[in-house]
Amino acid sequence: MSGQTPWQTVGPYFHYALPWKGGADLVEGKGDAGARMDLLPDGHYTLNPNDQPRRPAKGQVVTITGTVYDGDGVPIPDSFVELWQANAAGRYDSPDDTREEVALDPDFIGFGRASTDADGVFTIRTVKPGRVPGPGNALQAPHIAISVMARGVIKRMVSRIYFADDPSNAEDPILDLVPPHRRATLLAVPVGEGAYRFDIRLQGEGETVFFDV
Amino acid sequence: MSVILPYNREEEGAHPPFLSPDYKATIKRSPREALIRIPQTLTELTGPAGRWDRLMGPAVADLTKIGKGEAIGQRIVVSGRVLDEDGRPVPNTIVEVWQANAAGRYIHKKDQWNAPLDPNFTGSGRIITDDQGRYRFYTISPGAYPWGNHYNAWRPAHIHFSLLGPAFATRLVTQMYFPGDPLIPLDPIANAVPAHALPRMISRFDIETTQEAFALSYIFDIVLRGRDATPMED
Repeated sequence: MSGQTPWQTVGPYFHYALPWKGGADLVEGKGDAGARMDLLPDGHYTLNPNDQPRRPAKGQVVTITGTVYDGDGVPIPDSFVELWQANAAGRYDSPDDTREEVALDPDFIGFGRASTDADGVFTIRTVKPGRVPGPGNALQAPHIAISVMARGVIKRMVSRIYFADDPSNAEDPILDLVPPHRRATLLAVPVGEGAYRFDIRLQGEGETVFFDV
Repeated sequence: MSVILPYNREEEGAHPPFLSPDYKATIKRSPREALIRIPQTLTELTGPAGRWDRLMGPAVADLTKIGKGEAIGQRIVVSGRVLDEDGRPVPNTIVEVWQANAAGRYIHKKDQWNAPLDPNFTGSGRIITDDQGRYRFYTISPGAYPWGNHYNAWRPAHIHFSLLGPAFATRLVTQMYFPGDPLIPLDPIANAVPAHALPRMISRFDIETTQEAFALSYIFDIVLRGRDATPMED
Protein backbone atom coordinates (compact mmCIF):
# COMPACT_ATOMS: atom_id res chain seq x y z
CA MET A 1 0.00 0.00 0.00
CA SER A 2 1.18 3.51 -0.74
CA GLY A 3 -0.54 6.67 0.37
CA GLN A 4 -2.78 8.86 -1.75
CA THR A 5 -1.17 11.91 -3.28
CA PRO A 6 -2.67 14.91 -1.45
CA TRP A 7 -5.08 17.37 -3.01
CA GLN A 8 -4.06 20.95 -3.75
CA THR A 9 -6.03 23.89 -5.10
CA VAL A 10 -6.25 24.60 -8.83
CA GLY A 11 -5.28 28.18 -7.99
CA PRO A 12 -6.43 31.20 -10.03
CA TYR A 13 -4.65 30.40 -13.31
CA PHE A 14 -6.18 27.12 -14.49
CA HIS A 15 -7.99 28.73 -17.43
CA TYR A 16 -5.35 28.03 -20.05
CA ALA A 17 -5.02 24.38 -19.00
CA LEU A 18 -8.39 22.88 -18.05
CA PRO A 19 -11.60 24.41 -19.49
CA TRP A 20 -11.63 23.89 -23.24
CA LYS A 21 -13.74 25.66 -25.86
CA GLY A 22 -17.11 23.99 -26.01
CA GLY A 23 -16.50 22.08 -22.79
CA ALA A 24 -19.65 23.45 -21.19
CA ASP A 25 -21.83 22.44 -24.16
CA LEU A 26 -22.21 18.69 -23.84
CA VAL A 27 -24.77 18.60 -26.64
CA GLU A 28 -22.56 19.67 -29.54
CA GLY A 29 -19.57 21.54 -28.13
CA LYS A 30 -20.59 24.88 -29.60
CA GLY A 31 -18.38 27.96 -29.56
CA ASP A 32 -16.23 28.91 -26.61
CA ALA A 33 -18.72 27.58 -24.03
CA GLY A 34 -16.95 26.84 -20.76
CA ALA A 35 -13.62 28.48 -21.64
CA ARG A 36 -12.42 31.96 -20.65
CA MET A 37 -10.76 33.18 -23.82
CA ASP A 38 -10.83 36.72 -22.37
CA LEU A 39 -8.11 35.68 -19.91
CA LEU A 40 -5.64 34.27 -22.43
CA PRO A 41 -3.31 36.26 -24.66
CA ASP A 42 -3.59 35.42 -28.37
CA GLY A 43 -1.67 32.36 -29.43
CA HIS A 44 -1.63 30.78 -25.99
CA TYR A 45 -4.60 28.49 -26.20
CA THR A 46 -3.41 24.87 -26.47
CA LEU A 47 -6.64 23.01 -25.74
CA ASN A 48 -9.27 21.57 -28.06
CA PRO A 49 -9.58 23.96 -31.04
CA ASN A 50 -13.24 22.91 -31.33
CA ASP A 51 -13.30 23.81 -35.02
CA GLN A 52 -15.24 20.79 -36.30
CA PRO A 53 -19.04 20.84 -36.31
CA ARG A 54 -20.52 18.00 -34.28
CA ARG A 55 -23.75 16.10 -34.54
CA PRO A 56 -25.94 16.97 -31.57
CA ALA A 57 -26.46 14.40 -28.83
CA LYS A 58 -29.83 12.69 -28.50
CA GLY A 59 -32.26 13.78 -25.87
CA GLN A 60 -33.98 16.74 -24.29
CA VAL A 61 -31.67 19.76 -24.40
CA VAL A 62 -31.44 21.72 -21.16
CA THR A 63 -29.44 24.77 -20.13
CA ILE A 64 -28.43 25.26 -16.53
CA THR A 65 -27.18 28.65 -15.39
CA GLY A 66 -25.97 29.60 -11.95
CA THR A 67 -23.66 31.69 -9.86
CA VAL A 68 -20.97 30.37 -7.53
CA TYR A 69 -20.95 32.36 -4.26
CA ASP A 70 -18.51 32.54 -1.36
CA GLY A 71 -19.42 32.79 2.34
CA ASP A 72 -20.09 36.51 2.04
CA GLY A 73 -22.42 36.01 -0.89
CA VAL A 74 -19.81 37.40 -3.27
CA PRO A 75 -19.72 35.75 -6.73
CA ILE A 76 -16.54 33.79 -7.47
CA PRO A 77 -15.08 34.58 -10.90
CA ASP A 78 -12.12 32.16 -10.68
CA SER A 79 -13.91 28.85 -10.35
CA PHE A 80 -15.21 26.10 -12.57
CA VAL A 81 -17.74 23.34 -12.38
CA GLU A 82 -16.77 19.92 -13.71
CA LEU A 83 -19.58 17.67 -14.90
CA TRP A 84 -20.18 13.96 -15.28
CA GLN A 85 -23.48 12.49 -16.33
CA ALA A 86 -25.23 9.66 -18.14
CA ASN A 87 -26.72 10.12 -21.60
CA ALA A 88 -30.43 10.62 -22.23
CA ALA A 89 -31.01 6.87 -22.08
CA GLY A 90 -29.25 6.56 -18.73
CA ARG A 91 -25.94 5.03 -19.86
CA TYR A 92 -22.49 6.26 -18.88
CA ASP A 93 -19.89 6.47 -21.65
CA SER A 94 -17.43 4.51 -19.53
CA PRO A 95 -15.94 1.02 -19.80
CA ASP A 96 -17.21 0.42 -16.26
CA ASP A 97 -20.83 0.83 -17.28
CA THR A 98 -21.26 -2.58 -18.90
CA ARG A 99 -25.05 -2.50 -19.41
CA GLU A 100 -25.20 -3.31 -23.12
CA GLU A 101 -29.00 -3.22 -22.98
CA VAL A 102 -28.91 0.57 -22.52
CA ALA A 103 -27.72 2.34 -25.67
CA LEU A 104 -24.62 4.51 -25.87
CA ASP A 105 -24.92 7.72 -27.88
CA PRO A 106 -21.83 8.14 -30.10
CA ASP A 107 -22.40 11.90 -29.96
CA PHE A 108 -22.46 12.19 -26.18
CA ILE A 109 -19.61 11.73 -23.70
CA GLY A 110 -21.11 13.35 -20.62
CA PHE A 111 -17.96 15.01 -19.27
CA GLY A 112 -17.53 18.78 -19.29
CA ARG A 113 -16.12 21.87 -17.64
CA ALA A 114 -17.81 25.24 -17.19
CA SER A 115 -15.77 28.21 -15.99
CA THR A 116 -17.47 31.00 -14.14
CA ASP A 117 -17.27 34.37 -15.88
CA ALA A 118 -16.22 37.72 -14.40
CA ASP A 119 -19.58 37.81 -12.56
CA GLY A 120 -19.22 34.29 -11.14
CA VAL A 121 -21.80 32.88 -13.56
CA PHE A 122 -21.53 29.53 -15.35
CA THR A 123 -23.76 28.14 -18.09
CA ILE A 124 -24.09 24.50 -19.05
CA ARG A 125 -25.86 23.16 -22.12
CA THR A 126 -26.52 19.45 -22.03
CA VAL A 127 -29.17 16.77 -22.42
CA LYS A 128 -31.19 15.70 -19.44
CA PRO A 129 -29.64 12.46 -18.22
CA GLY A 130 -31.71 9.29 -17.97
CA ARG A 131 -32.09 7.37 -14.73
CA VAL A 132 -29.28 5.08 -13.64
CA PRO A 133 -29.18 2.31 -11.05
CA GLY A 134 -28.46 3.20 -7.46
CA PRO A 135 -27.76 1.15 -4.36
CA GLY A 136 -29.84 -1.98 -3.96
CA ASN A 137 -32.57 -2.16 -6.59
CA ALA A 138 -33.36 1.55 -6.48
CA LEU A 139 -33.18 3.71 -9.59
CA GLN A 140 -31.68 7.15 -9.14
CA ALA A 141 -33.44 10.28 -10.32
CA PRO A 142 -31.79 12.11 -13.25
CA HIS A 143 -28.72 13.93 -11.95
CA ILE A 144 -25.37 15.41 -12.94
CA ALA A 145 -22.38 14.79 -10.67
CA ILE A 146 -20.34 17.95 -10.19
CA SER A 147 -16.97 18.93 -8.74
CA VAL A 148 -16.51 22.60 -7.89
CA MET A 149 -12.94 23.90 -7.96
CA ALA A 150 -11.56 27.40 -7.50
CA ARG A 151 -8.79 29.48 -6.06
CA GLY A 152 -9.24 29.05 -2.32
CA VAL A 153 -10.90 25.67 -2.74
CA ILE A 154 -8.07 23.42 -1.62
CA LYS A 155 -9.76 20.21 -2.69
CA ARG A 156 -12.76 19.69 -4.90
CA MET A 157 -16.25 20.09 -3.50
CA VAL A 158 -18.53 17.33 -4.78
CA SER A 159 -22.23 17.84 -5.29
CA ARG A 160 -25.07 16.87 -7.63
CA ILE A 161 -27.54 18.72 -9.82
CA TYR A 162 -31.06 17.28 -9.79
CA PHE A 163 -34.04 18.68 -11.70
CA ALA A 164 -36.65 20.20 -9.40
CA ASP A 165 -39.55 19.31 -11.73
CA ASP A 166 -38.72 15.61 -11.96
CA PRO A 167 -41.14 13.48 -9.93
CA SER A 168 -38.59 10.69 -9.45
CA ASN A 169 -36.64 12.89 -7.01
CA ALA A 170 -39.07 11.69 -4.36
CA GLU A 171 -37.66 8.16 -4.60
CA ASP A 172 -33.99 9.01 -5.15
CA PRO A 173 -31.79 7.04 -2.72
CA ILE A 174 -29.10 9.74 -2.52
CA LEU A 175 -31.47 12.67 -1.95
CA ASP A 176 -33.00 10.52 0.76
CA LEU A 177 -29.70 10.76 2.68
CA VAL A 178 -29.90 14.57 2.71
CA PRO A 179 -31.82 16.32 5.51
CA PRO A 180 -35.10 17.52 3.94
CA HIS A 181 -34.44 21.19 4.71
CA ARG A 182 -31.20 21.11 2.69
CA ARG A 183 -32.42 19.17 -0.36
CA ALA A 184 -33.44 22.30 -2.26
CA THR A 185 -29.75 23.22 -2.63
CA LEU A 186 -29.40 20.22 -4.98
CA LEU A 187 -32.36 21.08 -7.21
CA ALA A 188 -32.06 23.04 -10.45
CA VAL A 189 -35.19 25.16 -10.67
CA PRO A 190 -37.05 25.55 -13.97
CA VAL A 191 -37.00 29.14 -15.21
CA GLY A 192 -38.25 28.67 -18.76
CA GLU A 193 -38.59 26.13 -21.55
CA GLY A 194 -35.67 23.73 -20.99
CA ALA A 195 -33.92 26.32 -18.82
CA TYR A 196 -32.89 25.84 -15.21
CA ARG A 197 -31.20 27.84 -12.49
CA PHE A 198 -28.70 26.22 -10.10
CA ASP A 199 -26.69 28.46 -7.78
CA ILE A 200 -23.81 27.09 -5.75
CA ARG A 201 -23.08 28.51 -2.29
CA LEU A 202 -19.78 27.31 -0.93
CA GLN A 203 -20.48 28.51 2.60
CA GLY A 204 -23.06 30.01 4.93
CA GLU A 205 -26.78 30.53 4.57
CA GLY A 206 -28.22 28.15 1.99
CA GLU A 207 -24.89 26.35 1.73
CA THR A 208 -24.98 23.78 -1.05
CA VAL A 209 -24.90 20.18 0.12
CA PHE A 210 -21.48 18.68 -0.56
CA PHE A 211 -20.85 14.97 -0.52
CA ASP A 212 -18.18 12.65 0.75
CA VAL A 213 -17.84 10.11 -2.04
CA MET B 1 -26.07 -6.13 -12.14
CA SER B 2 -22.63 -7.40 -11.41
CA VAL B 3 -20.85 -6.68 -8.17
CA ILE B 4 -18.72 -3.54 -8.51
CA LEU B 5 -15.82 -2.87 -6.18
CA PRO B 6 -16.04 0.67 -4.84
CA TYR B 7 -12.98 2.88 -4.46
CA ASN B 8 -11.38 3.72 -1.15
CA ARG B 9 -12.49 6.94 0.45
CA GLU B 10 -10.22 9.94 0.89
CA GLU B 11 -7.27 8.76 3.00
CA GLU B 12 -7.67 10.05 6.54
CA GLY B 13 -5.03 12.64 7.43
CA ALA B 14 -3.46 12.79 3.97
CA HIS B 15 -5.37 15.68 2.45
CA PRO B 16 -5.72 19.33 3.45
CA PRO B 17 -8.89 20.41 5.29
CA PHE B 18 -11.22 22.67 3.29
CA LEU B 19 -10.68 25.37 5.88
CA SER B 20 -6.91 25.89 5.97
CA PRO B 21 -6.84 29.43 7.36
CA ASP B 22 -3.15 30.11 6.70
CA TYR B 23 -4.20 29.96 3.04
CA LYS B 24 -6.53 32.89 3.45
CA ALA B 25 -8.69 32.35 0.40
CA THR B 26 -10.06 29.18 2.01
CA ILE B 27 -11.72 31.14 4.82
CA LYS B 28 -14.72 32.25 2.75
CA ARG B 29 -14.57 29.41 0.25
CA SER B 30 -14.87 26.36 2.49
CA PRO B 31 -18.07 24.68 3.63
CA ARG B 32 -19.23 25.03 7.22
CA GLU B 33 -21.58 22.07 7.09
CA ALA B 34 -20.18 18.55 7.33
CA LEU B 35 -20.00 16.58 4.09
CA ILE B 36 -22.78 14.05 3.64
CA ARG B 37 -21.41 10.62 3.01
CA ILE B 38 -23.07 8.79 0.14
CA PRO B 39 -22.50 5.34 -1.28
CA GLN B 40 -20.52 5.13 -4.51
CA THR B 41 -23.13 4.45 -7.18
CA LEU B 42 -22.59 3.85 -10.88
CA THR B 43 -22.22 7.64 -11.16
CA GLU B 44 -19.15 7.71 -8.91
CA LEU B 45 -17.72 4.41 -10.22
CA THR B 46 -17.57 5.48 -13.86
CA GLY B 47 -15.66 8.14 -15.75
CA PRO B 48 -14.75 9.15 -19.29
CA ALA B 49 -12.08 7.06 -20.97
CA GLY B 50 -10.13 7.32 -24.20
CA ARG B 51 -12.04 10.32 -25.57
CA TRP B 52 -9.42 12.87 -24.61
CA ASP B 53 -8.94 14.27 -28.12
CA ARG B 54 -12.65 15.08 -28.35
CA LEU B 55 -12.67 16.61 -24.90
CA MET B 56 -9.55 18.58 -23.92
CA GLY B 57 -7.78 18.11 -27.25
CA PRO B 58 -4.74 16.20 -28.48
CA ALA B 59 -1.78 15.48 -26.20
CA VAL B 60 0.90 18.14 -25.70
CA ALA B 61 3.97 16.54 -24.14
CA ASP B 62 6.64 19.12 -24.97
CA LEU B 63 5.87 22.46 -23.39
CA THR B 64 9.16 23.93 -24.62
CA LYS B 65 8.08 23.83 -28.27
CA ILE B 66 4.61 25.32 -28.32
CA GLY B 67 5.77 28.73 -29.57
CA LYS B 68 7.67 29.67 -32.72
CA GLY B 69 10.96 29.52 -30.87
CA GLU B 70 12.16 27.57 -27.90
CA ALA B 71 11.04 28.50 -24.40
CA ILE B 72 13.57 30.26 -22.17
CA GLY B 73 14.73 28.53 -19.01
CA GLN B 74 16.25 25.39 -17.61
CA ARG B 75 14.98 22.47 -19.70
CA ILE B 76 13.65 19.59 -17.60
CA VAL B 77 11.93 16.29 -18.22
CA VAL B 78 9.26 15.26 -15.73
CA SER B 79 8.13 11.65 -15.64
CA GLY B 80 6.59 9.12 -13.35
CA ARG B 81 3.81 6.64 -12.95
CA VAL B 82 0.19 6.99 -12.02
CA LEU B 83 -0.63 4.20 -9.59
CA ASP B 84 -3.43 3.23 -7.28
CA GLU B 85 -2.90 2.60 -3.57
CA ASP B 86 -2.11 -1.05 -4.23
CA GLY B 87 0.66 -0.11 -6.65
CA ARG B 88 -1.32 -1.05 -9.74
CA PRO B 89 -0.73 1.20 -12.76
CA VAL B 90 -3.54 3.47 -13.95
CA PRO B 91 -3.27 3.18 -17.75
CA ASN B 92 -4.68 5.42 -20.50
CA THR B 93 -5.66 8.21 -18.18
CA ILE B 94 -5.17 11.90 -18.82
CA VAL B 95 -2.62 13.95 -16.89
CA GLU B 96 -3.13 17.70 -17.38
CA VAL B 97 -0.35 20.06 -16.29
CA TRP B 98 0.15 23.81 -16.07
CA GLN B 99 2.79 26.08 -14.62
CA ALA B 100 4.47 29.48 -14.51
CA ASN B 101 7.39 30.30 -16.79
CA ALA B 102 11.06 30.42 -15.77
CA ALA B 103 10.58 33.88 -14.26
CA GLY B 104 7.58 32.76 -12.21
CA ARG B 105 4.90 34.39 -14.38
CA TYR B 106 1.77 32.74 -15.75
CA ILE B 107 0.56 33.54 -19.24
CA HIS B 108 -2.80 34.60 -17.83
CA LYS B 109 -4.24 38.09 -17.92
CA LYS B 110 -4.94 38.04 -14.20
CA ASP B 111 -1.26 37.47 -13.41
CA GLN B 112 0.10 41.00 -13.37
CA TRP B 113 3.30 40.37 -11.45
CA ASN B 114 6.21 42.39 -12.81
CA ALA B 115 8.21 39.50 -14.25
CA PRO B 116 8.80 38.93 -17.96
CA LEU B 117 6.45 36.84 -20.07
CA ASP B 118 8.03 34.46 -22.55
CA PRO B 119 6.17 34.65 -25.87
CA ASN B 120 7.39 31.12 -26.60
CA PHE B 121 6.10 29.57 -23.41
CA THR B 122 2.47 28.90 -22.61
CA GLY B 123 3.01 26.38 -19.83
CA SER B 124 0.12 23.97 -20.28
CA GLY B 125 0.12 20.43 -21.59
CA ARG B 126 -1.50 17.03 -21.30
CA ILE B 127 -0.25 13.50 -21.51
CA ILE B 128 -2.02 10.15 -21.60
CA THR B 129 -0.48 7.43 -19.42
CA ASP B 130 0.69 4.28 -21.21
CA ASP B 131 -0.36 0.73 -20.35
CA GLN B 132 2.04 0.80 -17.37
CA GLY B 133 0.65 4.08 -16.08
CA ARG B 134 3.75 5.99 -17.18
CA TYR B 135 3.75 9.61 -18.31
CA ARG B 136 6.52 11.96 -19.39
CA PHE B 137 6.73 15.55 -20.57
CA TYR B 138 9.35 18.19 -21.33
CA THR B 139 9.12 21.67 -19.94
CA ILE B 140 11.25 24.35 -18.33
CA SER B 141 11.82 24.69 -14.62
CA PRO B 142 9.10 27.03 -13.27
CA GLY B 143 10.11 30.03 -11.16
CA ALA B 144 8.85 30.98 -7.71
CA TYR B 145 6.53 33.97 -7.51
CA PRO B 146 5.11 36.35 -4.92
CA TRP B 147 1.44 36.31 -4.01
CA GLY B 148 -0.76 38.40 -1.79
CA ASN B 149 -1.54 35.91 0.95
CA HIS B 150 0.67 37.59 3.56
CA TYR B 151 3.72 39.84 3.77
CA ASN B 152 6.59 38.55 1.63
CA ALA B 153 4.65 35.47 0.57
CA TRP B 154 6.27 33.44 -2.22
CA ARG B 155 4.93 30.30 -3.77
CA PRO B 156 7.59 27.61 -4.11
CA ALA B 157 8.22 26.52 -7.70
CA HIS B 158 5.52 24.03 -8.66
CA ILE B 159 3.69 22.36 -11.52
CA HIS B 160 -0.08 21.86 -11.27
CA PHE B 161 -1.30 18.34 -12.04
CA SER B 162 -4.89 17.34 -12.77
CA LEU B 163 -5.86 13.67 -13.04
CA LEU B 164 -9.17 11.95 -13.68
CA GLY B 165 -8.23 8.31 -13.16
CA PRO B 166 -10.82 5.67 -14.02
CA ALA B 167 -13.84 7.12 -12.22
CA PHE B 168 -15.52 10.20 -10.79
CA ALA B 169 -14.35 8.96 -7.37
CA THR B 170 -10.65 8.97 -8.32
CA ARG B 171 -10.37 12.64 -9.32
CA LEU B 172 -7.21 14.41 -8.13
CA VAL B 173 -5.69 17.86 -8.55
CA THR B 174 -2.34 18.39 -6.90
CA GLN B 175 0.88 20.38 -7.21
CA MET B 176 4.33 18.95 -7.75
CA TYR B 177 7.17 20.64 -5.88
CA PHE B 178 10.93 20.41 -6.36
CA PRO B 179 13.37 18.82 -3.92
CA GLY B 180 15.28 21.10 -1.59
CA ASP B 181 13.18 24.18 -2.26
CA PRO B 182 13.55 26.45 0.81
CA LEU B 183 10.12 27.98 0.14
CA ILE B 184 8.23 24.73 0.73
CA PRO B 185 8.29 24.91 4.55
CA LEU B 186 6.95 28.49 4.35
CA ASP B 187 4.11 27.82 1.95
CA PRO B 188 0.56 27.74 3.40
CA ILE B 189 -0.85 25.79 0.46
CA ALA B 190 1.70 22.95 0.62
CA ASN B 191 1.59 22.97 4.44
CA ALA B 192 -2.20 22.71 4.52
CA VAL B 193 -1.37 19.04 3.93
CA PRO B 194 -0.47 17.12 7.10
CA ALA B 195 3.33 17.04 7.50
CA HIS B 196 3.71 13.31 7.00
CA ALA B 197 1.96 13.46 3.62
CA LEU B 198 3.57 16.65 2.27
CA PRO B 199 6.66 14.80 0.94
CA ARG B 200 4.36 12.85 -1.41
CA MET B 201 4.06 16.06 -3.44
CA ILE B 202 7.82 16.61 -3.79
CA SER B 203 9.45 15.21 -6.91
CA ARG B 204 12.93 13.74 -6.81
CA PHE B 205 15.88 14.62 -9.00
CA ASP B 206 17.19 11.60 -10.91
CA ILE B 207 20.58 11.52 -12.63
CA GLU B 208 19.91 8.17 -14.32
CA THR B 209 17.10 9.58 -16.44
CA THR B 210 18.69 13.00 -16.82
CA GLN B 211 19.37 13.39 -20.52
CA GLU B 212 22.99 13.96 -21.42
CA ALA B 213 23.54 17.55 -22.55
CA PHE B 214 19.78 18.11 -22.82
CA ALA B 215 17.49 18.05 -19.77
CA LEU B 216 17.50 17.51 -16.01
CA SER B 217 15.13 14.79 -14.89
CA TYR B 218 12.56 14.92 -12.08
CA ILE B 219 10.46 11.92 -11.14
CA PHE B 220 7.01 12.26 -9.65
CA ASP B 221 4.78 9.25 -8.99
CA ILE B 222 1.12 9.96 -8.30
CA VAL B 223 -1.12 7.72 -6.23
CA LEU B 224 -4.88 7.73 -6.83
CA ARG B 225 -7.46 5.96 -4.72
CA GLY B 226 -7.39 2.17 -4.95
CA ARG B 227 -10.26 -0.28 -4.82
CA ASP B 228 -11.89 -1.00 -1.53
CA ALA B 229 -11.39 -4.69 -0.75
CA THR B 230 -14.96 -5.04 0.54
CA PRO B 231 -17.34 -5.77 -2.33
CA MET B 232 -20.50 -3.68 -2.57
CA GLU B 233 -23.77 -5.16 -3.78
CA ASP B 234 -24.91 -2.90 -6.56
